[in-house]
Amino acid sequence: METKPNRPPHLLTIALVALLLVAACTTPTSGDPTELVLVTHDSFAVSDGIFASFEEQTGVSVRVLTVGDAGILTNQAILTRSNPTADVLFGIDNTFLSRALDADLFVPYRSPALEGVPVDLIVDPDGRVTPIDFGDVCINFDKAAFADRTPPGSLADLTRPEFAGELVVENPATSSPGLAFLLATIATFGDDGWQSYWADLVANDVLVVPDWETAYYGRFTGGGGSDRTMVVSYASSPPAEVIFAETTLTEAPTAVVTEGCFRQIEFAGILRDSAPARQLVDFLLSEAFQEDIPLNMFVFPALSSAALPSEFVEFTELPTAPATLDPALIEANRDIWIDEWTSIVLP
Amino acid sequence: MDQHRSSLTRRQSWLLAALPGLFIVYFFAYPVVAILGMGLVGDGRSWAEVATRSGLADVAWFTTWQAVASTLLTVLLGMPVAWVLARFSFPGRAAIRAGLMIPFVMPTVVVGAAFLALAGPTSRIDLSGSVWLILSAHVFYNLAVVIRVVGGLWTSLDPRLEDAARMLGASRFRTFRAVTLPLLRPAIAAASSIVFLFSFTSFGVVLLLGGLRFRTIEVAIWQRVQTALDLRGAALLAIVQLLGVTAILFAYARYQARRSTQQHLVADGARPPAGPGQWSIVIGILTAVVLAEGAPLAVLAIRSLRTTSGWGFQFYRSLGELDSAFFVPATEAIRNSLWFGVLATTIALVVGGLAAIVIGRSDRGIATWFDAVLMLPLGTSAVTIGFGFLVALDWPVDLRTSVALVPIAHALVATPFVVRSVVPVLRSIRERLREAAATLGASPLQVLRHIDLPIISRALLAGAGLAFAVSLGEFGATTFIARPDFPTLPIAIFRYLGRPGAATFGSAMAMSTILMAVTAVVIGTIDRFRQAGGDL
Repeated sequence: METKPNRPPHLLTIALVALLLVAACTTPTSGDPTELVLVTHDSFAVSDGIFASFEEQTGVSVRVLTVGDAGILTNQAILTRSNPTADVLFGIDNTFLSRALDADLFVPYRSPALEGVPVDLIVDPDGRVTPIDFGDVCINFDKAAFADRTPPGSLADLTRPEFAGELVVENPATSSPGLAFLLATIATFGDDGWQSYWADLVANDVLVVPDWETAYYGRFTGGGGSDRTMVVSYASSPPAEVIFAETTLTEAPTAVVTEGCFRQIEFAGILRDSAPARQLVDFLLSEAFQEDIPLNMFVFPALSSAALPSEFVEFTELPTAPATLDPALIEANRDIWIDEWTSIVLP
Repeated sequence: MDQHRSSLTRRQSWLLAALPGLFIVYFFAYPVVAILGMGLVGDGRSWAEVATRSGLADVAWFTTWQAVASTLLTVLLGMPVAWVLARFSFPGRAAIRAGLMIPFVMPTVVVGAAFLALAGPTSRIDLSGSVWLILSAHVFYNLAVVIRVVGGLWTSLDPRLEDAARMLGASRFRTFRAVTLPLLRPAIAAASSIVFLFSFTSFGVVLLLGGLRFRTIEVAIWQRVQTALDLRGAALLAIVQLLGVTAILFAYARYQARRSTQQHLVADGARPPAGPGQWSIVIGILTAVVLAEGAPLAVLAIRSLRTTSGWGFQFYRSLGELDSAFFVPATEAIRNSLWFGVLATTIALVVGGLAAIVIGRSDRGIATWFDAVLMLPLGTSAVTIGFGFLVALDWPVDLRTSVALVPIAHALVATPFVVRSVVPVLRSIRERLREAAATLGASPLQVLRHIDLPIISRALLAGAGLAFAVSLGEFGATTFIARPDFPTLPIAIFRYLGRPGAATFGSAMAMSTILMAVTAVVIGTIDRFRQAGGDL
């Protein structure tokens, strides 16, 4: 670009600089914010007015922003790291956690409320993220289809010929439960075993669809779909079926296979540090908020003392030993695993 | 004939171009350059490595051929429909024309589900896993573009030209080939360019129905970002996509500048079908298109009414009953969608209208590049624009999370439709009209006001209809602008779909049906204004 040295400053430039100076002086540079911004993914749901008590206690109001899914949420926060759009982020899960930690996204904060959270949910020892809730991705089956025979008891059972053509799964490249299920098979069968397991699933006529909606509502007979009696969904889907049924049900129409589930943990982290931001993280772990989680987001509260709604107690079977993988391992291999999976399952 | 006699002067062109130019530079060029710039920073890999990892060669090839195939199919199938709706007047014509806009706005999530229900493994024709499913979805979505853009000009063709050719002994086919088709070329090229861009950058349809076996560049960009935050791979893909889009746009602009024909336009050249032969053709074509476009929509409407306890409206009644902060009542989503639609259309009309005048009335150099630049947002990935907004729009004011960004993002995609609707008509205005005015002492701006504007107002309304539809259906960029307190109809549908339970699925279907109804009513109303526009 051509530059002209010694050119007298333009009137417009002076005006602009003056304007910027005024703007800089009027924006508070220190002190605590009076409004906190919480950024989360678009499946975030809470009861109306849930933040009212927080606002009363602290005098700070909360504004919620939602963006895409957990992946987009993470990427977006990383790209805007130098000037965050929010104070606190909620909804990053263990499949994306490592990416955010590598990017040095969060200000470490150890909430006193963590005392009441089971140790296995606290994934980051440095306290950069705080676990808020967890959910398990499990095989769900339509009880009506298994009224007079035994449903599969493990992932390995799914390759048995008697269950041929009964399972529908989501593509891990386009679906978060789909990815969780792939990770469950990797955790279960190991780095060298999962490929042949999937080849067996393909031989047993597994159906792959792009997203959870198509799998659950389109194909799974327990969700009103056409022809598959088993689906990759959540451990909380059976209680959801009861709660969102058109009529009152005394029994869930679906159930889960409690073996071979993958545990997704959702975390909150501070993007822009302030006393109210820390208080907001504490609030997310408070009983008021934790007890609001199940019926809105259909996952389980991280706080052990939070009371569960009756439907969750009555209609949920918690998985026996849910699989997890090191977030760093997931981040390093996700790309390669998905490619490998695609070449095995969708040649 | 000298085309440039009453062209705007350079100075006038620049003045008129200032506003659309600033709009496109600040809300498009600057964010896109900012995000691509971040991707060009080295990360220790060679470009060849980056290209291999992102599957560039395969992806570029598939993207191109499926876009060409989709465009050809859409134009071939859309022409007969455009002809019937433009050339014949019959009861219900306005309603059918408005109704055919509905597919254009439907979110890909619900249409994908409907397509799989109709042509998936459980139906008689199983197209799943085949590229035909993607191609037919592209035709389903884009048919409205051909019907609108080509039909818009076709309606205004003076039927006496064809009459004269027939009188002189030309067969119907020869009349069409030698008279009608050449006159329609600018509109066919305009429609093709839009359909091509949509198919070239198709995302939701390819992802949902292609399951990564088929990937467009757009899908690959998303995948690079989502699975590995590989900004370099994404930037490389985005640049290849932009180059492809730019090449097409320049080819189109050059073609348009060369091939435009000036002609006498009429308000509505439609006549009632003459005799049972014409009636049966008209009815046959209309039945076919209504069935083809209507079937996936009917699947959604039927599901919204089918409950376990028989048929009924209970899913509609339950909309908004969820006691959750971000499940707003249906009425609120409708209101948001309509407001954003009005604002986006207004911006698109101002920006696109001014730009169309510059493009249609300036000398070729300015027209060509300006036209191409304005079209670029249509051919840029939503991921690129969405992330671009985030990294760029915090200066001079932080707009990144402002609600204002929603209609602005919609207008960015809607503006090309206004331009494409207006420019062909503007170029068709006979130069003699302008010359006569100029001879009588009118300045170029007066010519614009008294000759061009009245004639293009009808085309502006056609563009407004498309712009509004784009806004009603926009999903990709809207999800990047993080305002859960102002959900649009597509966003509300997506929210309901994300939860298990028969009742929430029914609510999503009910919301989709409401979106269809809102679209039909809005487009029908805009069309009515257009009809009432009077003579030219």
